[in-house]
Amino acid sequence: MRRVLTLLRGESGAGRMVPRTGAAATLTLGASAAMGFLAMFALALTFASGRLADRWSDGLAGTATVRIEAPRAQVEPQMRAALTVLRQTPGVAEVRALSAEERAALVAPWFGEDVPVADLPLPILIAVTEAVPGYDAEGLRLRLAAEAPGAVLDDHARWRGPLVAAARRLRLLGWLSMGIIALSSAAIVTLAANAALAANARVIEVLRLNGARDDYVARAFVRRFTLRAFIGAAGGTALGAMAIALLPSADAAGGFLTGLGFRGAGWLWPLLIPPVAGAVAFAATRAAAMRQLRAVS
Amino acid sequence: MIELQDVSYAYGGEAVLRGMDLTLAPGSFHFLTGPSGSGKTTFLRLLARQLVPTGGTLRIFGDDAAAMDRDAVAGVRRRIGVVHQDLAFLDHLSVAENVALPLTVAGRSDPEAVRELLAWTGLGSRARALPPQLSGGERQRMALARAVVMSPDVVLADEPTGNVDWEMSMRLMTLLVELNRMGKTVLIATHDLGLIRAMKGRASARTLRIRDGAPELAGAGL
Ligand SMILES: Nc1ncnc2c1ncn2[C@@H]1O[C@H](COP(=O)(O)OP(=O)(O)O)[C@@H](O)[C@H]1O
Ligand SMILES: [Mg+2]
Repeated sequence: MRRVLTLLRGESGAGRMVPRTGAAATLTLGASAAMGFLAMFALALTFASGRLADRWSDGLAGTATVRIEAPRAQVEPQMRAALTVLRQTPGVAEVRALSAEERAALVAPWFGEDVPVADLPLPILIAVTEAVPGYDAEGLRLRLAAEAPGAVLDDHARWRGPLVAAARRLRLLGWLSMGIIALSSAAIVTLAANAALAANARVIEVLRLNGARDDYVARAFVRRFTLRAFIGAAGGTALGAMAIALLPSADAAGGFLTGLGFRGAGWLWPLLIPPVAGAVAFAATRAAAMRQLRAVS
Repeated sequence: MIELQDVSYAYGGEAVLRGMDLTLAPGSFHFLTGPSGSGKTTFLRLLARQLVPTGGTLRIFGDDAAAMDRDAVAGVRRRIGVVHQDLAFLDHLSVAENVALPLTVAGRSDPEAVRELLAWTGLGSRARALPPQLSGGERQRMALARAVVMSPDVVLADEPTGNVDWEMSMRLMTLLVELNRMGKTVLIATHDLGLIRAMKGRASARTLRIRDGAPELAGAGL
């Protein structure tokens, strides 16, 4: 905290020894703002795709159903045959025929309160819970076709598999983007710091001649660039946060789009962007300064 | 205090200085002379550890100059005040800030000492000026004030009377003699033999003359 305060106090102490570094400092400020803005979106993307992957893979871990579509007389024997096949299938953890009430509850949302769903001729349903590792869906279909031709395996959750993989890949790309943004920031700050160091080569030499330690000389530059990167990134992050907060809400149908926002405590994550930008600038400037100092006696 | 054993220095090609065996005793007063290009500035740079000998052994305050790390070098420079031939001021800082620079970079502050030094060198009224606004003589005195602000054990002055008229030269010499009387080891490099002759009676100075790349004690017949 003390460090941050000293930093915010501006060009005091060592910083005053170094004349203005004009363009280089401005470049750091502007580039950090742009990077903070981009990092904000990369972070939002990472979180949104992460939530999506979690939600969809939760669905995956759920159940499949087997529906019996047969003439009324065939329903009972085919159900029993299907249950037997399912219980013998490796990778099936649990099998359970749904009761009439459960079946009615499943369709109720589609018809509304007023329709007497209990009177409808609802098909027999068997809930299948998959074990880990799962069953071979194609093999199971073939056996069901042979033993209970009216049994239809509906592994409705399976189609989500590729979507979950895509969401996970998207999350990975989000992290990768943040890494690239951090590296680009480091490169830009290094360039800016090198320009400032070169412009102040004589000043650095005079400071060393008068007994300054390397640490002291480096600090004069490090403070300046760390501060600029922090302030720039804070501004960019704030703009990005506003843009995301103001995204038109697309409600449940929007799915992914509405998921782009942060939820509750998730809004704390972007607060990390400015300090990380500052830390990156600190490391980059210090490395550049130490490299430059090696050429000075 | 400072010892040289067979020290040589080459900028790349042929050695500028070679075979130097010399000891600067505490409290001694030396002139270093030789024609332009004979290696006076190079010699002073070796003593202030701006250059590392390319041969032989140089001991500064007992430590081997070749083996010092960068923080140790900074430490040596806090104990050796130098009036650089090119003065080496920071033109964006005031005269007072430039004089205080060695204190500032050491994390210290002593406005009283800076004020006294400015008064001693006759720059009291110029404290807030910027270095480029000063005359040649004022700049030389400012460099001297900065060289002694840390109360160093050793003061090295490289052509401290360059670009300065005779009267001002004598004034600067008087300041340096005063420093030596206060117990400091003083070494003044100058190509100006007239200056050395003029000082003969006023200080127990010895003169080193660079011959064939090595400073040797000159006799009375300068
Ligand atoms: N940085 C340098 N690189 C190469 N040669 C140098 C450098 N500085 C000085 N010299 C050479 O070293 C010799 C001594 O220079 P210097 O020590 O400045 O002499 P003086 O101070 O007696 O005039 C000269 O021939 C000069 O050209
Ligand atoms: Mg010289």
